[in-house]
Formats: sequence, structure tokens, C-alpha cells
Amino acid sequence: MPLLQLEHVSKKFGQVVVADDINFELEEGEAVGIVGPNGAGKTSLFGIISGDVRLYGGQIHFVGQALERMHPSVRCRSGIGRTYQVPRPFENMTVFENTLVGSQQGAVLRGRKSHEAAFSALERTGLSSLANRAAGSLTLMQRKRLELARALATQPRLLLLDEIAGGLTDLEVTELTGIIRSINAEGVTILWIEHVVRALLSTVDRLLCLASGALVADGEPRAVLASEAVRRVYLGDRILNEAMDS
Amino acid sequence: MSTRESLSSLDVRRSTHSPLITLVGSVVLVSLFSVAPWIVPAWFASILMNFFILVIMATMWNLLAGYSGMVSIGQQAFVGLGAYATLFFAIKGMSPLAAIPLAALACGVIALPVTYLLFRLRGGYFSIATWVVADTAMIIIGTVAYLGGGTGHYLPGLSNFDPVSLTHVQYLASWSVALVVVIGTYVLLRSRLGLVLASMRDNEVAARSAGAHVTSARRIVFIVAAAGCGAAGAVLAISQPFVQPGNEFSMSWTAEMLFASMIGGLGTIEGPIIGSVVYFVLFQWLGQYGAWYFIVFGSLAVGIAIWQPRGLWGALRDRFHVELLPVGHWVRERRSAK
Repeated sequence: MPLLQLEHVSKKFGQVVVADDINFELEEGEAVGIVGPNGAGKTSLFGIISGDVRLYGGQIHFVGQALERMHPSVRCRSGIGRTYQVPRPFENMTVFENTLVGSQQGAVLRGRKSHEAAFSALERTGLSSLANRAAGSLTLMQRKRLELARALATQPRLLLLDEIAGGLTDLEVTELTGIIRSINAEGVTILWIEHVVRALLSTVDRLLCLASGALVADGEPRAVLASEAVRRVYLGDRILNEAMDS
Repeated sequence: MSTRESLSSLDVRRSTHSPLITLVGSVVLVSLFSVAPWIVPAWFASILMNFFILVIMATMWNLLAGYSGMVSIGQQAFVGLGAYATLFFAIKGMSPLAAIPLAALACGVIALPVTYLLFRLRGGYFSIATWVVADTAMIIIGTVAYLGGGTGHYLPGLSNFDPVSLTHVQYLASWSVALVVVIGTYVLLRSRLGLVLASMRDNEVAARSAGAHVTSARRIVFIVAAAGCGAAGAVLAISQPFVQPGNEFSMSWTAEMLFASMIGGLGTIEGPIIGSVVYFVLFQWLGQYGAWYFIVFGSLAVGIAIWQPRGLWGALRDRFHVELLPVGHWVRERRSAK
């Protein structure tokens, strides 16, 4: 049974189509990237999977369970964790409390176990020394790490990462991809939207490309990037060649 | 160091300072307020009594708006219903004091179906709908002849007290309900639900996708706030023993609780209490100047909203890093357990 299964998924905002008959499956333990130009419907697709955006048509199954009528918090508790493109920390709470929400609510842990899971997520993401700091005082890199930590604290089986490397320096991207690879190595399935193609290529073993809400490519990352369809809608020859050379 | 080793010594505290400070301070304050009617002049005890009623209402409004984003401008519905529930039970022969918890319970029960109507709305629409609920409740109560209709009804059951004892009883009723409400709010905010409320206050979408049942938490808060305001209404009925729709369902109750919460600082336990103190100090000082009282209150609220949106307590807390009633989680130390 696939971990996640999307069948004929569609969504419109008025006349704007953000998901146009999307079909794909994720197996447990996969690391899959999603690329596509701005407005392709990538973040909306995450919203559809996590429950922030209501489905217009089609079906989504997570571990064989239909998600369409499931509340976002229930989806999280059943194993879908997500980060947001623009970090959404609980600014007036400490870094530790941010992940504690994830471990108590998402992972449904109590007492000491919830504390341990929350702190463990901070250790995994290199934030443990900032545990008592107000989340509102964090830098962009730290906020991105906190997004990841909070999602990890929910103990997900599927982790949705939305442009988590965006706006970071090369060194920071390298650190973050290392963390994500180690999370995936522990069996957590990764679905990662990213414009930093270098980061994706170092981590994922499968790549999807979205354009105008439609899935235009799905396969081995370098083959997908080299395909005519992707060249046309997204990358252009120069960027593609640079990525392939690196 | 392995993860398991480091986690085995994880130490999470709920306060940055010794809980003894809060405990000793609380015991002193509680003792002082408990004996106040016997040691302060009657006029001051009366001010304190009204202060406690405002603390109850502002604490509840802060739970609604400060933590859950529900800006209710119709909270007087439950103040009024609490007062009338007390009247109802008193007419039935029950002591008005014993009716206080029942009035709170009745308001909580009434609030449950109301949430199914109100929670379909968001933002300003929600606020306006709460006002509609309040006016509807007032109109319905005004038609019940048994409860005095539009002209009101004297609250029975207090005539066996002499005037001095009655003042003491009224004071102790408002003080004990305020104490229960503040302690209850403190316990609630220290609980798992409190963590959810704090996360909702900061970012509702993120709270939901981190697994928090936001709608359930909001429903619980609405019911608790209704029960709390109902208890305030019950105390109000006891303190002004003539129960009348125009007074008990007055919009001014919500204006006062909103003012006290906003001035003191939304999203903190201490804020509404500090705000209530400011309100009563200003009220005593400016009450004699008529309309100036409204102008100064309004200007102060606008000024705070613009320049100090976290309120007076928020400013003090940021500057001096103090918390009188701490609800946070602090990771204190972490040693390897070799």
C-alpha cells in the first residue's frame, strides 16, 4: 500500500486552476522533490494534502485512509507534518514551547515524553541551545529550522517541506539538507517543494514538476530536469546545465 | 553524547524564578483581600467589590479575545443570563449565594449551542453576531413576566442579613468568585489546553497543522468565558439586588472588560488584572469630571493600541522580565547521564 496516494486531485480558486487532475503515489521512505514556476500550484498542493486547502475534486489517501473530510489537526496526528514557505513560529512562545505544541498535540504525547520529543526535535535541528529563547527573536535560518523542528516533533511519517532552503546562504542550505537527509534515512518520507535545485538534487531520489496546476513530469531527478516539458515551463537551458554540472 | 543520555536528564520548569515568590505573594494578597471588608471603610470595600467583578469579566474576555481571537462584543449576554439565572433560583427559594455556581453552569450550558451558530462566522461578523445574541437574550428575558419582565425584579433571599453583614457577604461573594476565576484561568493556561491557546494566539494556522484541535479549544474557551461571565452576573445581581434587563445586559459591561484587557495587555493572565486596577483608579479620579472621563478613557485606549499594543503589563514584562503568574516552560539544565 502506498503511503500517500493522490487520484485526480483538482482545485480551483475562482477561475484559477491550482490543481488539475493530479495523480501520483508516494511509497514509505521515499524522498521526493517538487519543482515548478511560481504560481504552479505547489504550495496549494501541500495545502490540499495537509488540509489547509479544501479539495475541489478527486481523492487523497494516506496509509489507505481517505483524507478529504479529515481536519488538518487530525491529518497531522495521523502522520502528516508540514512546514510553511514563510515560517509561522509561535512568536510569543519559547523555541521549546513551539516544538512542545507539536509533540503534545501532533504526536499526542504527555508529560515527560512530550518534553523529550520536543527537545529531541530541537537537537536534531541544532536549536537546543536556543530552547528558552522567544521564537519571535530568531533569525530567518533559525525560524526555518524551527519550522522543521516543530513538524518533526509531531513525529510524522510524511514530512511536507515548503521551500525550506529559500533565502538561506549556501552553507546554511548544506547544513539543512544534511538534516533532511538524516531524517529521511530514519524512514520519514519527504515531499519537498524547492527552488534551490542543488539542495533537491543532493537529497531526493524522485522529482515531480508542476506547471499551471498540472503534473508535467515525474521521475528520476536529472531525467526530469532534462526533459523538454520541464525546460519549457521552468528552468531554461542555462540554469539546467549549471545544475547538471554541479 | 547520545540523544537518549542527554534526554534522560532533561529538566523542564514552569517558571524562571522560585515558585515560592509567587506562592508567598499570593498568600499575602489572598489574606489581605479576605479580611479587607473588616479593616477598610465601607466605600472602599464597595469599590473593591466592583473591581473584582471587572477582574472576573476582563479575565474571561481576555481568554476569548487575547488567546482565541474571538472578539466578542456581546459578552454582556452571559452577564445578564447569569444575573437572571440567580434571580430564577432565588425566586425558587434557593440562597442567591448557592445559586452562583448554578448560574455559571447554566450560562456554560446555554453557550454550547450558541457556539454552533457563532463559529460559522469569523472576524467582524463573529463580533456583530455576539452582539445579536446579547440583544436577543435581553429581549427574550424582558418578555418573561415571572422574572419581572422589562421592569425587573428584586432579588429575594438576602433580607435575612443586616446591612453590615450584607455588605460583607456581597464583598466575599465577588472576591471568592474572582479568586476562583483567576486561579482557574491560571490552571487552565498551565495545562495542555493552555499551550494550545497560546499557540492559537500566535498563529492559528500553524497551531492546526501542528495537531492542535483549534475549534474544540475555541469552543471550550467560549463555554468557560460564558460560565465566568455568568458568575460575574450572579455576583452583580447579589451586589445590586434589583435585577433589570437594561442594567444586566448593558453593553457597558463588555466595554469595560474590553478596556481593562486591552489596557493591561491581551494574552497574559496579569494584563486584565492590571487593566482593572487602571480602570478603577481612573474612574475614581475622573468620575467627577463628567464627559471628560469618557474622553480620557477613549484616548488612553487608542494610545495604548497604537504605541503599546501588548498593553501595560506586556511593556513591564518585556522591560523587567517578570512574571507574576508564570505559565511557560523553561528548559533549565541538561546533563549527560553517564
